[in-house]
Amino acid sequence: MLVIDNLKASINGKQILKGISLHVKEGEVHAIMGPNGSGKSTLAAILAGREFAAIDGGSVSYFGRNLLDMAPEERSRDGLFLGFQYPIEIPGVSMVNFMKTAINEHRKYRGLEPLSASDFLKLMREKKELVEIDSTLTNRSVNEGFSGGEKKKNEIFQMAMLEPRLAILDETDSGLDIDALRIVANGVNKLKRKDSSVIVITHYQRLLDFIVPDVVHVLYDGRIVKTAGKELALELEEKGYDWIKKEAEKTEESWRVNPQ
Amino acid sequence: MESKPAVKDRYTDLYLNNIASIEKGSSPFMNSFRKEAVERFADMGIPGRTNEAYRYTNLDIWFRHEFNSYFMPGPGDFERAAKFSCEVEDLDVHNLVLLNGFYPSNNGKLRQPGSGITIGSLNEAARIMGSVTENHYGRYAASDTDGLIHLNTAMASDGVFIHVPRGMVPDKPIQIVNLVYSKEDIFNQHRNLIVVEDNAEATIIICDHTLSPSRFLTNAVTEVYVGRNARFSIIRVQNEHNNAAKLTHTFIHQERDSQATSINITLHGGLVRNSTYHYLGGEGASTNSAGLYLTDKTQHVDNYVNVDHAYPNCTSNQLFKGVLDDVATGAFNGRILVRKGAQGTRAYQSNNSILLTDDARMDTKPQLEIFADDVKCSHGATVGQLDENALFYLTSRGIARREARLMLMFGFAHEVIQEIPVEALRERMDTLVMQRLRGELSRCASCMVKCG
Repeated sequence: MLVIDNLKASINGKQILKGISLHVKEGEVHAIMGPNGSGKSTLAAILAGREFAAIDGGSVSYFGRNLLDMAPEERSRDGLFLGFQYPIEIPGVSMVNFMKTAINEHRKYRGLEPLSASDFLKLMREKKELVEIDSTLTNRSVNEGFSGGEKKKNEIFQMAMLEPRLAILDETDSGLDIDALRIVANGVNKLKRKDSSVIVITHYQRLLDFIVPDVVHVLYDGRIVKTAGKELALELEEKGYDWIKKEAEKTEESWRVNPQ
Repeated sequence: MESKPAVKDRYTDLYLNNIASIEKGSSPFMNSFRKEAVERFADMGIPGRTNEAYRYTNLDIWFRHEFNSYFMPGPGDFERAAKFSCEVEDLDVHNLVLLNGFYPSNNGKLRQPGSGITIGSLNEAARIMGSVTENHYGRYAASDTDGLIHLNTAMASDGVFIHVPRGMVPDKPIQIVNLVYSKEDIFNQHRNLIVVEDNAEATIIICDHTLSPSRFLTNAVTEVYVGRNARFSIIRVQNEHNNAAKLTHTFIHQERDSQATSINITLHGGLVRNSTYHYLGGEGASTNSAGLYLTDKTQHVDNYVNVDHAYPNCTSNQLFKGVLDDVATGAFNGRILVRKGAQGTRAYQSNNSILLTDDARMDTKPQLEIFADDVKCSHGATVGQLDENALFYLTSRGIARREARLMLMFGFAHEVIQEIPVEALRERMDTLVMQRLRGELSRCASCMVKCG
């Protein structure tokens, strides 16, 4: 469903992504790991449509469409979802109004009538239970005054409401205690369908104890430097990122010495 | 000398040419203020740009225009006012209609809706309820710098009178619908007096509304007395057309332990200037002053707030927010005066504006004068654009950018609407503000009222 081919991007003239290729098929769970500053969040934001980086080359195809040409709202209506690392607080906009508007925009896109008020509330109730989110949170403004854990649960709640085909979870585990982590991971697992895929971006392995990936990639300095099965995550947990860095630097050096 | 003599003289001439009929039509008590007032107006004139409090607002072009004025309601006014039926879903109010500043009612000039409360025409009240009006009229509206207040005192002969006796609470809010209707361009002035005695309560909704497309200039003064431990709210909703200028001066005098709230919501209007004066005249009083301005095209909205902390342990809060589109301009000037001896004062002020274009402009100026030492004061002002991160967050959930912008603007405005103490009115305002932001606010769906 998602084919990233040699994607290069820069921010303020500084190259952040230096040629990323990634192929996600229906039903797969991919993990992208890597040290801070390697470009993980930039990749996630570019996929969701945040216009802050210049695309210098490469392509991204999503169900055969050029993803980079699509507005963020189109991507969402076509089933792409980004779980934010830092969810935004929006005072004055209620969760209910936010979700109702989003759901109905999705339905309109699919040629469906807006949900009735009672069906909408029923759906909210159902999804709230799924992610064990405090009932009162949805009566408040979007993320306003939510704790770190509540914000992350709220991301998964929105994911549950929108039922994406491709969910990109950007460090959803950061700042979560073990109970919250379990709830978030359970939510993601319960929402997983045969035809839907997940990209989990994380710094640590512990989330992957709960959300088991099919493929693990290591992103370092704007490139995917290693791709393997789920055992790679355990290896990283054990040995840290230093050996990856060294390996990557060796490759870089040899490339500099003997440019092809 | 703030304005060119010709403009000022036009209004002193208006006084001289009409004072006989004004005095004939109004009560001796109100008349007793006129001579001194016109002299003070002649001294001060129309406030110009050199007046600190009017630095960002050009009144001159409005006062230079040739307006007509009239000083007695005509027979047609009675019919028109009677025909104007107003209703808001789920909001039950005692309704008063002012037409061009007069109270032309066929059902008696004063009403007693129960609990000893009186509502109706100020002109009538000044004749027959002297004990109340003489204790309060002309006592709170004072200014050494703003000639418009004296111009109003010199010539206004009617407006709304509301009296809530000690300990009484009206069964529902009182709504004043201020209509201007004329085939000609008119200048009009009215004067309201609201007296809420000790331990009493009142919620007043004022609705400023234009009914015909002529050019209007309105200069209105409202005096409010809030007695000891009384609770008072005034919510003014302004929806006038781009050819109308509305100048309001509201003086709220509070006694000890009283609470007052003033909210000015400007949805539409060519030029709007709201001056709100809060006098905290007794220990333990608290006041909330809020405003929301939504402007576009060449509109100009200016909010001036003056909070006078004259006694210890009083609290004041100012919250003013606005969204400015196209080449609209806005101004906010919030003065906090903490007098010597007003220890334990807490005074806060915040003014936040969103500019939707590069050509929209907002001038904001805090003015703190503090003469006591045990005081907590804060002020803050922001002028900015919509938050791109928040826009992205909303669009990333499938919401179109245009809709996302509306949601953010609405959320921004809602913080002020939340201050409205009447739930049905809050909901109505939410709807109106959303319509306004969408550009769907028609002349007749406007205000709190649905035109009958």
